Amino acid sequence: MEHNVFQIIWFVLWGVLWAGYFVLDGFDLGAGILLPCVAKSEEERRAVYQAIGPFWDGNEVWLITAGGATFAAFPKTYAVMFSGLYTALFLLLFALIVRGVAIEFRGKVEGAGWRRFWDFLFWISSLVATLILGVAFGNIFLGLPIDAQGIFRGSFFSLLHPYALLVGLLFVLAFAVHGATWLAFRVNGELRQRLIRDAKVLWVFEAVTAVAVLLFSLKLTPLWGNYLKAPLLFVFPLVAVIGLLLVPYFLNAGRTLAAFLSSGAAILGVTAWGMAGLFPNLFPSRLNPEWSLTIYNSSSSPLTLKIMTVVALVFVPIVLVYTLWTYRTFSFRITREELAYGEGY
Amino acid sequence: MDVVWASRLQFAVAAFFHFLFVPLTLGLSLLTAIYETIYVKTGDEDYKRAAKFWGRLFLINFALGVVTGITLEFQFGTNWRYYSEYVGDIFGSLLAIEATLAFFLESTFIAVWAFGWNRLSPKVHCLAIWLTAIASNISALWILIANGWMQHPVGYVLRNGRAELKSFAEVVFNKFAWLEFLHTVPAAYILSGFFVLGVSAWHLRRGKEAVFFRKSFRVAAVWTLIFSLFVFVEGHLHGTEVAHTQPTKLAAMEALWETQSGAPWTLFAIPDPAGERNVVEIKIPKLLSLLAFHSPSAEVKGLKDFPPEERPPVSFTFWSFRIMVLLGIWFVLMSLWAFKNRERPEASPGLLRALVWTIPLPYIAIEAGWMVAEVGRQPWIVYGLMKTADAVSPISPAQVTVTLLAFVVFYTVLGVIDFWLLAHYARKGPEPASA
Repeated sequence: MEHNVFQIIWFVLWGVLWAGYFVLDGFDLGAGILLPCVAKSEEERRAVYQAIGPFWDGNEVWLITAGGATFAAFPKTYAVMFSGLYTALFLLLFALIVRGVAIEFRGKVEGAGWRRFWDFLFWISSLVATLILGVAFGNIFLGLPIDAQGIFRGSFFSLLHPYALLVGLLFVLAFAVHGATWLAFRVNGELRQRLIRDAKVLWVFEAVTAVAVLLFSLKLTPLWGNYLKAPLLFVFPLVAVIGLLLVPYFLNAGRTLAAFLSSGAAILGVTAWGMAGLFPNLFPSRLNPEWSLTIYNSSSSPLTLKIMTVVALVFVPIVLVYTLWTYRTFSFRITREELAYGEGY
Repeated sequence: MDVVWASRLQFAVAAFFHFLFVPLTLGLSLLTAIYETIYVKTGDEDYKRAAKFWGRLFLINFALGVVTGITLEFQFGTNWRYYSEYVGDIFGSLLAIEATLAFFLESTFIAVWAFGWNRLSPKVHCLAIWLTAIASNISALWILIANGWMQHPVGYVLRNGRAELKSFAEVVFNKFAWLEFLHTVPAAYILSGFFVLGVSAWHLRRGKEAVFFRKSFRVAAVWTLIFSLFVFVEGHLHGTEVAHTQPTKLAAMEALWETQSGAPWTLFAIPDPAGERNVVEIKIPKLLSLLAFHSPSAEVKGLKDFPPEERPPVSFTFWSFRIMVLLGIWFVLMSLWAFKNRERPEASPGLLRALVWTIPLPYIAIEAGWMVAEVGRQPWIVYGLMKTADAVSPISPAQVTVTLLAFVVFYTVLGVIDFWLLAHYARKGPEPASA
């Protein structure tokens, strides 16, 4: 097969890894963002941690793999993106480190002060990580100030463009709704009712922000260009809209798992919409389109792409199988007895 | 501070810190799996408690290993942009394979294990810890294949202004990488073995849960002896490979300035790089030639044969190597002593005391070993192919200095809390046996 066939395959896989990351880690990041608002007692807070406990670490591996796949398939993009967004990336890293440690450390020592300290860090790190991811993708959609040598000509503050911040806000709201539907699916009693109520309110903000992002993208970004060339792509924003509309419908019916899956479909649709709009760019230059990093000018050699394709085809299905098995095994309703028994957190 | 130095220091801090946690992860996961397997086979509740007790320590340690690992992956891009561009075709794919094969498996099944005590059958639960342990070790294999390639690049061709993959098999079956794997991973097993022996000895001295800790001790004593002897022999083979493939590193490890046949082995030296000599030295004739090339008259290249800008820091490499080897000898002696007393370790209070004090020593040996490997490779980032100074990103010194300081402060705080938690739970001992 031709080299560019593999480059396209890896663009798709790249998109799949990011979408997988947002759909999966999105709900546990959302749970972190919601923690101080929804959980009123220690028992409820423990229920929140318990609801994401068996999953968050595996979910985060999607991000590591998305990073690794960028390095492997498009090393020049990896090199330019990570060095160009230096400060933002380190903020993201510190947030992820704090977050992982907070989840693990919080339950290890008895004491209200100790727990409150890690709860605060869990909340802020979840919020910061989500916001940075959103703002980063907002900037990629806009294009970045990179020159012919791939040197970043902006500063950290130039990344805080209003459109990028809007995408950041969308990420925060979408993950919060996603987290709320997941938690509502996992818990019982008053907490569940509160989560359903909060999810509906947050959903209104999510929907408004999503529409704003789609519209402003028309004016500020080249993302919709590909859709005129290949109208079939409209299926992606359509999935996003349908998914989004189904969330309140299922919440009203009390079908929280269906609401969670719909919210996941919305996140998947939005991610696919953005990726399809970017193609074939990975890291576009705002200064001159010629300087953009694309799947063609930044990819690995044909041999490496072929080997990586074989690895992905063999192992990604295996990963999906045992991930699904884990979700099936641990998606039970969390009860008082379950919490009292106290394995995990 | 310039960008190259700050970035090197930052990478060193991140790698050093990461490797405070990884070795215990590699070995303690396997030991926990062994204890749980004994429980599943025999039904002896003490081994179930052992799996829970050592597994809890494993979990506390595991969290920091994971989060500090993400930093390392991202740093290749943030701080070493031109390295990533130049070798990403090979190096990047090895990291991506590591994530796909190992990270998913490891982080999924560690959670299954931690949360599954009451939800899974004993056999499936035991399988979860085995999968976690195997995945951790697969992860070590791929990252060491990647590091092995930086030490001794093979299977590539220079094309399109970068190193491109020519033979995947040559990269994967790189002899240097496998010797590195067989050295590093069993060294991690030694560390874990002494961790279990030391914690058990602490409790045995106090006479608490004597039956429980005697059982843990016996398994760990056999385990530690096997790997202490293995690493000792393997280390020699690894050294001869370095002699063949990285002559500047060997010369720095031995503080050898003049090329000579029948080179002596230096027991002690104070190297003087400016004067290209050693101020003081104690030597054993012909031993270096014998060790490195298996012939007492073989020629060994000295540092003066290489231009000064291609020599690694000599004193650092020389002393790190000696610390590692001396501790390696100590581990063989200690593990023999523990093995001899494995049935009744309390009978030897001296042994118990020595074992408690030995807990931190493998950490020192392992970090010293990494210094030999990484500092000894300088000034190359990929030996003979790319210099470290040419690899660094076009970023400002201020950016790197700020993140470097943040890392030092942040990692120190986290490290202190984590080791405090480890000590706390290690001292607390296992949950009481259910009646």
